[in-house]
Amino acid sequence: MALHDLHDDAGAPQRLTHLQRLEAESIHIMREVVAETTKPVMLYSVGKDSAVMLHLAKKAFYPSPPPFPLLHVDTTWKFKDMYALRDKAAREAGMELLVHHNPEAKERGINPFDHGPLHTDMWKTEGLKQALTKYGFDAAFGGARRDEEKSRAKERIFSFRTASHGWDPKKQRPELWNLYNARKNKGESIRVFPISNWTELDIWQYIMAENIEIVPLYFAAPRPTYVMDGQLFMADDPERLEQVLGKLPELQTRSVRFRTLGCSPLTGAVESNASTLAEVVQEMLLTTTSERQGRVIDKDSGDASMEKKKQEGYF
Amino acid sequence: MANKLAPETADPIYKTDALIAEDIEAYLDLHQNKGLLRFITCGSVDDGKSTLIGRLLYDSKMIFEDQLAALEADSKRVGTQGQEIDFALLVDGLAAEREQGITIDVAYRFFSTEKRKFIVADTPGHEQYTRNMITGASTADLAVILIDARKGVLPQTRRHSYLVNLIGIRNIVLAVNKMDLVDYDQSTFERIVADYRDFARGIGIEDFTAIPISGFKGDNITQAPSANTPWYQGPSLIDHLETVEIANDAALARPFRLPVQWVNRPNLDFRGFSGLIASGEIRPGDPVRIVPSGKTSTVKSVVTMEGELPRAGAGQSITLTLEDEVDCSRGDVIAAADSPPEAADQFEATIVWMSDEAMIPGRGYWLKLATQSVTATVATPKYEIDINSLDQLAAKTLQLNSIGVAEITTDRPIVFESYETSRQFGGFILIDKLTNATVAAGMIHFSLRRAQNVHWQAIEITRDQHAAMKNQKPAVLWFTGLSGSGKSTIANLVEKKLHRMNRHTFLLDGDNVRHGLNKDLGFTESDRIENIRRVGEVARLMTNAGLIVITAFISPFRAEREMVRAMMPEGEFVEVFIDTPIEVAEARDVKGLYKKARAGELKNFTGIDSPYQAPEEPEIWIDTTAMTPEEAADLIVGKLIP
Repeated sequence: MALHDLHDDAGAPQRLTHLQRLEAESIHIMREVVAETTKPVMLYSVGKDSAVMLHLAKKAFYPSPPPFPLLHVDTTWKFKDMYALRDKAAREAGMELLVHHNPEAKERGINPFDHGPLHTDMWKTEGLKQALTKYGFDAAFGGARRDEEKSRAKERIFSFRTASHGWDPKKQRPELWNLYNARKNKGESIRVFPISNWTELDIWQYIMAENIEIVPLYFAAPRPTYVMDGQLFMADDPERLEQVLGKLPELQTRSVRFRTLGCSPLTGAVESNASTLAEVVQEMLLTTTSERQGRVIDKDSGDASMEKKKQEGYF
Repeated sequence: MANKLAPETADPIYKTDALIAEDIEAYLDLHQNKGLLRFITCGSVDDGKSTLIGRLLYDSKMIFEDQLAALEADSKRVGTQGQEIDFALLVDGLAAEREQGITIDVAYRFFSTEKRKFIVADTPGHEQYTRNMITGASTADLAVILIDARKGVLPQTRRHSYLVNLIGIRNIVLAVNKMDLVDYDQSTFERIVADYRDFARGIGIEDFTAIPISGFKGDNITQAPSANTPWYQGPSLIDHLETVEIANDAALARPFRLPVQWVNRPNLDFRGFSGLIASGEIRPGDPVRIVPSGKTSTVKSVVTMEGELPRAGAGQSITLTLEDEVDCSRGDVIAAADSPPEAADQFEATIVWMSDEAMIPGRGYWLKLATQSVTATVATPKYEIDINSLDQLAAKTLQLNSIGVAEITTDRPIVFESYETSRQFGGFILIDKLTNATVAAGMIHFSLRRAQNVHWQAIEITRDQHAAMKNQKPAVLWFTGLSGSGKSTIANLVEKKLHRMNRHTFLLDGDNVRHGLNKDLGFTESDRIENIRRVGEVARLMTNAGLIVITAFISPFRAEREMVRAMMPEGEFVEVFIDTPIEVAEARDVKGLYKKARAGELKNFTGIDSPYQAPEEPEIWIDTTAMTPEEAADLIVGKLIP
């Protein structure tokens, strides 16, 4: 189903659909960044939102490859399927892939089991800041959406960060019309969210319409799983799990899928039989819990924890 | 006041749950082709705005069980509604705001029905926050103005309506809320509508749709008429939002305009121009004109990743290729050849000031309009608008949240249309050159006759010929530094040395200019800017005559020095920073001015009670504590004439 057939058979102009308007807006934003900043980068986390972002970037600059690299701030605990798709997607897009591991986290052996919230903080938040500073990027695309979480609803599309990557919700620039102000002083940077106005359903519909490849973990399949703290997890790398935990938890094969993808020990699976895109969307529409619910990190410090993370430099 | 929604009374907006479960493919087909409507809600928490938004989200299943559970917990802990659910918590995102109990920014919410996806800009009703409302309204196709049926049309209703109309929203819904609290009384509703109509006409709102609702009880939200308002004949709120005509349709009918965002050059064989079509339609073979250059060509193809398109229209992000190799870059506009937009450098515009720092007339700001970025100065406002009384007040400047009408001058012509014709080519933002903050939004009324009618007189003897006869390259040596830093002393020495070398020079000295050309100017910030602007213009005329101009002015503000730099051809502006620490300058105090300033007899004295912004990268940097004036002059001359 192509998105760009704007005319009916008689050739009369038709109204743009909501997906066409969203796509046009996202492409416009990406081109503004490339035109007005010196060294942009696209954060790539291999999830479905990243897949849509990469697809939009390819469309925005076609026939050129997107004129910036992809950056994956890795925790070494992502699912194997994610690493496989990451490398393939970058190769196919003709883009450079940068992978950053926080050397300090590596050295201290920070992991999701022994270190709790510190795992996210060290590998992701600190890792991201390190990587942005190391390469000197002055603009970084992220795939956050305003419908995800309360504090995101007020986030600007161009989100201004201080030289130490801090975010001050009171000092954000007003954004009028589609005029974005990308000017900044030396050392300062902007985070740019081109799919701010997309909802989870928009993302899925776009993936269907544009036939975008996503990690197979989004679809239900029989997988080895274990239960921890009342949540269901997949044993993506049983050997490593055993190494870290001392002993392997009791594994059981269940038909599961993931609504969101992060570190394998931190991303709850849901029991499901939805094995096609349509079935996944169906399940999503009939579900009664929100998308990030499967993620442990949003609940770390109770109320407004995402906002706090953002002030500290989390994406 | 009860803010808790009563879910048991809610009419679900989604009537397709069955379809989702039974035939998901059919459901997705239906939703694939939905339209998009962006709207803004105006009103305070007391008008039941949060409750209404909460209901729209809840009814369209945008609130999930875990969010509801979290909301209940939050309500008990920090809510203002006792044990009841406080829906303001759902729509008020940031922790700092929650503690203050008010919304202070623009938040965007999403919900969806059968026919359309909706993006709601939620902005506060507090009077200090004009900025937020203008921001939220700038992307909206429609505005919902909420009125509390018990209170009727309030000053804030007028304010909101004025702003909504100012930003060009023509679809206005007057939602008379809390009808349940006035016993669904028809005459109350009609009286409020009549009051509003009187006021609306006065500010140029020709049409609006009034709907009696209860966000709390759900009356006339999804279905109309509700059993409680049998006298109401119009559509429900959702029906209206789903079917109202939106602006993009009108943009399609206007002449073609593509602001060029980015030039796509993957290799020598391909040169494409990328952008978001602002208006009209385009097909391969259509003749186009590049504005402002005026060059013409023909569209070769409309390129996308999925192949070439037979045509494209307003609202699409595309890449065009042209038949001819014409000059075209970011900021240019590709337009229908037979009806291109105008270019001008002087405008009248409405300006909404959005920064804590007041506007400074005459200061250079970055102006961004479509994909064009230029330097612009704003004149002293013709008037400011009191948004409570709508009176026109005299104003010297514009403060945070004030709205005024003023003339704007840009350093080169920009392509524009009136804001009334086109948001894309009539709306602009102003950016502070030092802080890079977005300080204002503007809407162009028209270009000023002067800009169209004062043509450049073509001169037959060019500036190059003037310079060639003098056997020199013209330049401006722009001395800047504190009072008493040694500018005039060193500048005099430099001129003497150049004169001896048979160079044609002229020295413009700060004190001397203030006796004549600028004797009408004082020492306020805006007068100082005008002082520098005039000196810059004089210097430019003199370099056109082939002279080497030497200026000695404190010129404390970086933005003004940059303004003069921008007037000159590349390389002809040489900034000379006479760097003398203030302690040293004050100790010298040749003219006794520091003493007077310290005694409070001189106001706005640079370095004492007015800032000096040192150059960051001057062409020449003179440290007067490390060399004599003679050595400094030699160094400067050496750099100018190697």
